[in-house]
Amino acid sequence: MKPLLIKNGYVYDPLNKINGEKVDIAVKDGKIVEESQINPLEAEVIDASNKVVMPGGIDIHTHIAGYAINAGRLYRPEDGHLLLEPRVSVRRSGSGYSVPSTFVTGYRYARMGYTMLCEPAMPPLLARHTHEELNDIPIVDTVAFTLLGNNWIVAQYLKKGEYEKCAAFVAWMLRATKGYCIKMVNPGGVEAWAWRSNVKDLNDPVPHFGITPAEFIHGLSIVNEMLRLPHSIHLHTNQLGVPGNFEITLGSFELTREVKANPIKGERKQSIHVTHAQFSSYGGDSWKTFESKAGAVAKYVNSNPHVTIDIGQVVPGETTTMTADGPLEYNLHSLNYLKWINHGIEIETGGGLVPFIYSRTSPVNSVQWATGLELALLIENPFQVYLSTDHPNAGPFIRYPKIISWLMSRRARESELQRLHAVTGKRSIIETINREYTLYEIAIVTRAGQAVALGISDIKGHLGVGADADIAVYDLDPNNLTSEGIEKAFSRALYTIKSGEIVVKDGEVVREGRGKRFWVNPKVNETLERTMLRDVRSTFAQYYTVTMANFPVQEAYVPLSSEIKIETTSIS
Amino acid sequence: MPKIITDVVCPYCGCLCDDLEVVIENNKIIETRSNCELGTKRFLDSDIPTRLKTPRIRVNGEFKEVSMDEAVQRAAEILVKAKRPLLYGWSSTECDAIKVGVELAEELGAVFDDTTSVCHGPTTLALQEVGISTCTLGDIKNRADLVIYWGCNPLQAHPRHLSRYTTFPRGFFRERGQENRTLVVVDVRKTDTAKLANHFLQVKPNYDYELISAFRLAIKGYKVPDFVGGIPREKIEEIAGIMKRSQFIAIFFGLGVTMSGAKNRTIDNILSLTRDLHKFTKCVIMPMRGHYNVTGFNEVSTWETGFPYAVDFSRGYPRYNPGETSTIDVLMRGEVDAALIVASDPIAHFPKEATKHLMSIPIVAIDSHESLTTEVASVVIPAAIAGIEVDGTAYRMDHVPIRLRKILEPPPGVLPDRQILARVLENVRRLKGEAQ
Repeated sequence: MKPLLIKNGYVYDPLNKINGEKVDIAVKDGKIVEESQINPLEAEVIDASNKVVMPGGIDIHTHIAGYAINAGRLYRPEDGHLLLEPRVSVRRSGSGYSVPSTFVTGYRYARMGYTMLCEPAMPPLLARHTHEELNDIPIVDTVAFTLLGNNWIVAQYLKKGEYEKCAAFVAWMLRATKGYCIKMVNPGGVEAWAWRSNVKDLNDPVPHFGITPAEFIHGLSIVNEMLRLPHSIHLHTNQLGVPGNFEITLGSFELTREVKANPIKGERKQSIHVTHAQFSSYGGDSWKTFESKAGAVAKYVNSNPHVTIDIGQVVPGETTTMTADGPLEYNLHSLNYLKWINHGIEIETGGGLVPFIYSRTSPVNSVQWATGLELALLIENPFQVYLSTDHPNAGPFIRYPKIISWLMSRRARESELQRLHAVTGKRSIIETINREYTLYEIAIVTRAGQAVALGISDIKGHLGVGADADIAVYDLDPNNLTSEGIEKAFSRALYTIKSGEIVVKDGEVVREGRGKRFWVNPKVNETLERTMLRDVRSTFAQYYTVTMANFPVQEAYVPLSSEIKIETTSIS
Repeated sequence: MPKIITDVVCPYCGCLCDDLEVVIENNKIIETRSNCELGTKRFLDSDIPTRLKTPRIRVNGEFKEVSMDEAVQRAAEILVKAKRPLLYGWSSTECDAIKVGVELAEELGAVFDDTTSVCHGPTTLALQEVGISTCTLGDIKNRADLVIYWGCNPLQAHPRHLSRYTTFPRGFFRERGQENRTLVVVDVRKTDTAKLANHFLQVKPNYDYELISAFRLAIKGYKVPDFVGGIPREKIEEIAGIMKRSQFIAIFFGLGVTMSGAKNRTIDNILSLTRDLHKFTKCVIMPMRGHYNVTGFNEVSTWETGFPYAVDFSRGYPRYNPGETSTIDVLMRGEVDAALIVASDPIAHFPKEATKHLMSIPIVAIDSHESLTTEVASVVIPAAIAGIEVDGTAYRMDHVPIRLRKILEPPPGVLPDRQILARVLENVRRLKGEAQ
């Protein structure tokens, strides 16, 4: 592997407090090194004069692999036909716009300068499927979040207040699924949906199990910090997408206010990450009175460092919605009558899909657009808010450059606003917001912030010596910014470098490497684990339909494994 | 000393039971436990006279045994020379082999298709129209109080389906197993499964669509005709009432529905019935997939190409248009000029006209056992049996992925499908490189 030297670029590296200064970046053996460590005669030199240099992008929440996205591809061939890519020398073929096939998913992210992706919804029983697909996504590093927020065993332990056993079980599950963190989707509500019901608020008990969503959220946040996981709990709130749900969101934040972040590494401060918060920041009591409550949510976040969010920005156009939140998808189907998939996964979770068109003529969709941007613009500390579309739920990830242009340019927002429903100005305050993101802030909300929240800022999300050499160079002159220029530059990176190798040049993939899989392996006290396993064994024997021996994801599914070992034997 | 291996996965039907015990002595399977008759035969058949052990190619009409190198080279030559090759089969092998298949199809610009095309293809078309409400089998075991089998006979085709997953076992919310459940069977004849049912509805052949429509009307309170498909109104209303009063309904359907009358329109209707029932209760539905990894083929093909079957790479990108790009259609139109068949026996199962064309072109067959297809093939390459002699991934009919186990060594010199295909791919690339 040839050393690289990226010269004369304007570098945006927030974790090292570099704000658009000209710094040369040296790369050797996949890592960023001191310039003195490489021989400039051997190195390939990239002239980044008048270009922007950032760490590789990180997407903290994107549905790219596993049962749900694949069901989307399978039942939407019409989406496949929208965007086809042929086979060329270094690239495989593929298809799909909102539900792209795996190879092109990797290429499209790499073209935008992204180098790490988080698949946010891995059902434990289907974990092998998620990993198989992640293995087929080229270039990028990946992680998968393990769904635990409707799990019967978790519910039973938490209801009895047995946090230690619950922690031992969660540790076992993360290891068995090669997962990265505790993901919760409509905690309790998905189990209720198996009986065609739902939970209506944080204190509504789940049928049969009696546990409330609040007990799920609070309990698992405690377990998360007992296990010293690098990321916090990752929550899709209850009553997501429903008018008036912002109070449940604020209530969910409150549940972990006293829970102290305790990660094994990194410096995250949050004890809760609420994902695609746009969908959870609504006022009103019906679709007629629907309005943005992003202001109230942002206000809370601004005074509470224990919270981070990603926005889940709506982009007008056609897409496919998919979530483990089964009742939500049925409600969507009842709104638009488009084809509906529902899935139930024994003991664990469920889910569904519905195609969706975010229409500029729809008052609700227009206000949703404003809500996401308001969150991004009203939350003062960009380390607490990250860019996402909850791909593909609020829009496909290939629309990120458009969103960046909205964040950086008031004019770009105004020109979109003019095309939206007239009610937008009355049901949101987006018109009154003057803030425009700087490139430094964009670097935070698209990479540095995610790295900190995920607890991997030691090697990701920055360009300091020792970091993984995941770098994006954009053809953008910071002294001459236009919203069109911004969108174009972020759509096609001039260079994307992954693990020290040039994978994209002039916006096209030139090399197809394989990324690593990060996963956590917390180890608890052996006696505690044995006690827990006794309970779990009987559940397997009686209620699962695969044997316990066949349940854990085998090593074969993580060929480029990057295990994060955590010793938490003090829990007993 | 015999060795007992536990938690073995059965590579036979879509049930993909993973709780078998297999007894092995001297690299030979002596016995399997917890298994059904079909599965037992699958294991014991790994060593019978029809097992293929040596590659062969046809020279002047006669088979000649050759080395693996020669067979792979000949296979590649046939495929490279073809203008419109077809790569077909796949449902009885593991996912890694299927992935190599996609790559080979891409390299050749081939039509890539599996047995879905002649099986639950209509189901796929229907769920692309209306979606599907489904779940894993454990959800049914734990929750279902009404189980309906329609146009299928699991007692013969998926022997452990009722006992392991749906009807007999005790579940979390169904502590007394079968006593807590109602079993309904709809079929054109009184099958062994029908004999177990609390309610058996003997529908007239090809009247499934009408009967489904009648249920859709009845649950919504509309009046239905006196007889629908031979079933009296009272019976239809009685079953509709049971549906509405149930807490969790599971419907299973087989080729009796997919291949009757209106085909995908019938499936469209039964999927819509499932959806309609959500106005009252919870309802899920699942096709009874046959081959143990037919679901896995659909999964792999979908995530790598975007489409579940009948994928045409002739334009360099994947194209999906069943009816045009599906196997039977490309054969009936006489387009295909060479075929690679993996783990399947189309000559024994395809319509006569399609078979006729298939027999007129060179076939490369990769399989573990002799079949009608290997008999007429130009190149036959013996393969190790996935799930017995090779590990890998398979997807159960409810999309649950399970790791197949390797419990035996294959016969000497016999390779897994994925390795054979990788070598064919390598040779194809070399030949194409030389041609340029």
